[in-house]
Amino acid sequence: MKTKLTERLKNGEIIISDGALGTMLQAAGLEPGVCPETWNIDFPDRVEAIARAYAEAGSEAVETNTFGANRFKLSHYGLRDKVVDFNRKAVEITRRAIGPDRIVLGSVGPTGILLMMDEISEEELYEAFKEQCVALAEAGADAICIETMTALDEATLAIKAAKEHTNLEVICTMTFDKTMQGDFRTMMGVSPEEMTLAFKAAGADIIGTNCGNGMENMIPIVEEIRRTDPSVPILVHANAGKPHYHDGKNFFDETPEITASYVPSLIRAGATCIGGCCGTTPEHIRRIRDVTRES
Amino acid sequence: MNPEELLAKIAKCVERGKVNKTSPYPPDMKEQDGADELSAQALLAGIPADQVLSKGLVPGMQIVGVKFRENKVFVPEVLMAAKAMSAGMKHLKPYFQSGAVKRKGVFIIGTVMGDLHDIGKNLLGMIVEGAGWQVVDLGIDVPAAKFIAAIDEHPNAFVGLSCLLTTTMLNMEKIVHEIKASRPDTKILIGGAPVTDDFRKRVGADWYSPDPQGAVEFLNKIG
Repeated sequence: MKTKLTERLKNGEIIISDGALGTMLQAAGLEPGVCPETWNIDFPDRVEAIARAYAEAGSEAVETNTFGANRFKLSHYGLRDKVVDFNRKAVEITRRAIGPDRIVLGSVGPTGILLMMDEISEEELYEAFKEQCVALAEAGADAICIETMTALDEATLAIKAAKEHTNLEVICTMTFDKTMQGDFRTMMGVSPEEMTLAFKAAGADIIGTNCGNGMENMIPIVEEIRRTDPSVPILVHANAGKPHYHDGKNFFDETPEITASYVPSLIRAGATCIGGCCGTTPEHIRRIRDVTRES
Repeated sequence: MNPEELLAKIAKCVERGKVNKTSPYPPDMKEQDGADELSAQALLAGIPADQVLSKGLVPGMQIVGVKFRENKVFVPEVLMAAKAMSAGMKHLKPYFQSGAVKRKGVFIIGTVMGDLHDIGKNLLGMIVEGAGWQVVDLGIDVPAAKFIAAIDEHPNAFVGLSCLLTTTMLNMEKIVHEIKASRPDTKILIGGAPVTDDFRKRVGADWYSPDPQGAVEFLNKIG
């Protein structure tokens, strides 16, 4: 039996997770407009190679290629009936790549639906998350990682669906922007403090922040989460800064050295699980691991 | 209530997202008339429909657009304001049809091909419509040909392209080029999280704004 993530974190371990998947898939040839999860069926070797590269770089936990594998996102591509298939294949790929001892994080992204617009009911949204989380759990994921959330109602429904229908630990993160006033809010206006209180109440085991605008901005967000809750484990998956576009290609500002340089402050602020988001690479993870070992 | 007070109250309802009397939002305006009832009352009291629009509904939405730009309100407040706005607008429909009230022009919007994100594009549509423009929304994943067909249907329309993904900026660039090549007089506005003014200059679009209110200001200036 594998030791639970929260047990390890409680014992003071800092767990290194993985970096970007989406931008790595694009680098491997994924075209805009193509559903990324189809690669679990069409190009499993390429997805597996990315997961393996992260494990080799030091990732203890690696996410599945299932960020948009919910019925609402997949229905844009006419693939609504592929939820179980895509999630199951994705877990198998990541497991094959990283082996039995490392942690497979089942990625669950937002549906793109705003509940307050009354397009669909809370029950329908809950069902969609339940369907995905159960598929991930049955395929053998070790934890559910709900991420890039901006609305409290959607995120807490996802947490509840995962907690009530799987026995996995549940991570949930939101994406914050810095406002002109200097504080941090999601697109829907949620502060890190509001997130922490709501996610704890919904039953999340690990709380955190992802995407955003570089590692440095994650420090004040982690501080606010820690001020709100003195003990909850905190996960951070930061972008390698904001992307810039030149001649049909995107470039991210943050080199592995820059990203890693903020890691000691991030750990001091309270982060217990650290990895990357868009624009980060296995090299970013290697540097994060080295800095974490030294500090 | 005199006309000025009534119009100011309509503006307040839009600003606060107060749709109608039964709407529970915002809590401090519970049981009060909303943009729906007040717009009907204003027309009944003989206030010209164009004033209900330009001195009631539009100023309310403008305040929301500015507050959104300043990060003082967020997406939910804009959505509620837009709901209140359309509750008022529905009473103006006959006046639009008869020509008694005119819109400032037509603004065609869409998220570019390959990109399925609609929240930013929808916010833009709501705020521009709330400024008195007719908005034609082509949806998400829109190819150049669809924009061009809409331009032919609405001569002199302005076009707004949106994208969220860095990967679909390439498609945005292609669409701008195709529109400019075949309909060179069309003014094109671009926006979305990864877009910058440098990018706009490079691809040859006419205006970039990091927020919807900036698009309104540009349209009102040149439209």
